[in-house]
Amino acid sequence: MEAILFYLTALVSIVAAFFVTKCRNPVNSALCLVTTFLCLAVFYVMLEAPFMAAIQIMVYAGAIMVLIVFVIMLLNLGSAIKCRYTHGLLGGGLLAVLMLFLTNRMIENGQATATGGEVTSELIKSYGHTELIGRAMFTDFLLPFEIASVLLLVAIVGAVVLSKRNV
Amino acid sequence: MTPEVLTLSSTPLLFTVAMLVKVVVAFVVTLLIVAYATWVERKVIGRMQTRMGPTMTGPKGLLQPIADGLKLFFKEDIIPAKAHRFAFVLAPMMILAPAFISISVIPFGGDFQFTYNGILYTVPLQITDLNIGVLFILAMASLGVYGIVLAGLASNSKYSLLGGIRCTAQMISYELAAGLSIIAVFMLSETLSLRGIVIAQQGPLWGLDSLSFIPNWYIFSQPLAFGLFLIGSMAEINRTPFDLPEAETELVSGFCTEYSSMKYALFFMAEYANMITVSAIGATLFFGGWGGPFYGWINFLIKVFACMFFFIWIRATFPRLRYDQLMTLGWKIMLPLALANIVFTGVAVLLWQ
Repeated sequence: MEAILFYLTALVSIVAAFFVTKCRNPVNSALCLVTTFLCLAVFYVMLEAPFMAAIQIMVYAGAIMVLIVFVIMLLNLGSAIKCRYTHGLLGGGLLAVLMLFLTNRMIENGQATATGGEVTSELIKSYGHTELIGRAMFTDFLLPFEIASVLLLVAIVGAVVLSKRNV
Repeated sequence: MTPEVLTLSSTPLLFTVAMLVKVVVAFVVTLLIVAYATWVERKVIGRMQTRMGPTMTGPKGLLQPIADGLKLFFKEDIIPAKAHRFAFVLAPMMILAPAFISISVIPFGGDFQFTYNGILYTVPLQITDLNIGVLFILAMASLGVYGIVLAGLASNSKYSLLGGIRCTAQMISYELAAGLSIIAVFMLSETLSLRGIVIAQQGPLWGLDSLSFIPNWYIFSQPLAFGLFLIGSMAEINRTPFDLPEAETELVSGFCTEYSSMKYALFFMAEYANMITVSAIGATLFFGGWGGPFYGWINFLIKVFACMFFFIWIRATFPRLRYDQLMTLGWKIMLPLALANIVFTGVAVLLWQ
């Protein structure tokens, strides 16, 4: 049952991801990208990471993609980039096949996925995924978290300075 | 005898039946409320403007929603020649679906108990109790914007495009303030599950017996968060005074200018479905959900109806905001207030909890 659901979602996400690059109309590409993001959220749920799934939808599908669509609307790119792109397809396909081989090797050697560790499905069920992430983020990984926040703040201030020169 | 909780593994048949009944009842009741919310809105606004509202169809105009539905159903369905067909058809569905999906995590009553084959079973009156319930609702709310964006983009009309652009900017700005105001609520309840939030609101205010005549609803401990949530969600569902995306005086009908027949009806249904969802979320987060003097779900429905009446009342009272006022209110007033509220709540939780 779970395997069937996984393969279905995987199929949808790969087809959608392919059409992101293949569609000639940017609106279609944006819609396909949203579909891919939703499929990724389903993967997170299947990996018992519901918090990540919700954040995936909220941040990527709900905020970033809406901004991209907003730019398409504002600049009215609908008719501007309606030509066919083919030059990237071969390189992209080659890269994808290489990545597939590499991932396969790494999974076989056990380098990509950690099978051990203290976080198990039982712990997630009893303690809650959100609580686990919060605890890890604010105790063990506090410094990286703070560095990331400062970086984002710098980016925001930079955007304001660049766009509003005479405040 | 302790009641047994229905699960898929222990009693698959009973569980499936109970689940289907819950889903069907929640869906049908929401649809009914959507239909009659239009009638109530026209009646109430009519009275507030010293008119009668609908009177002709049925007693007191009660058949008006059905007549409207039939009329729209038999209208010709027009898709403009230069429209982006797929997105044009998809848009009304994209706006209606998230509103209905959000209903699935809202608890509309306590536990319902029944005996079958001599065993006492208990069913929570909620379609599913996600332990990330609040985040799920926020995620669905953020998906709701796609319907309007696509409608604006796909119609290939100036008015629709302007309506869509306005709506996107408005929803992104107010989603932040509404979401941040909810954070203060689950800082107090220490859970993201909506059922857990309702249970945390039972008992007297702040657990003090001397205040036992006031329930521990979060509207009393978080009045600022409630105000921000109310304004933010009103802006998110495009109700007056924030209905700039479909401002009739400037944009004909905004993003749904090019729509006709059932697709247009779907936009209207979505507006009311969103109103129900927001009212239900407000009742759950700030008014103690199903807690109150009457039996479980009756309390909940009363609270939802009160919230919806408030939205209608606001519509009859306030004029539309100007666009720059809308953005100033969202970014310069509501967002800092929501952040300050989170900091203040954090200090209070550390000191007293």
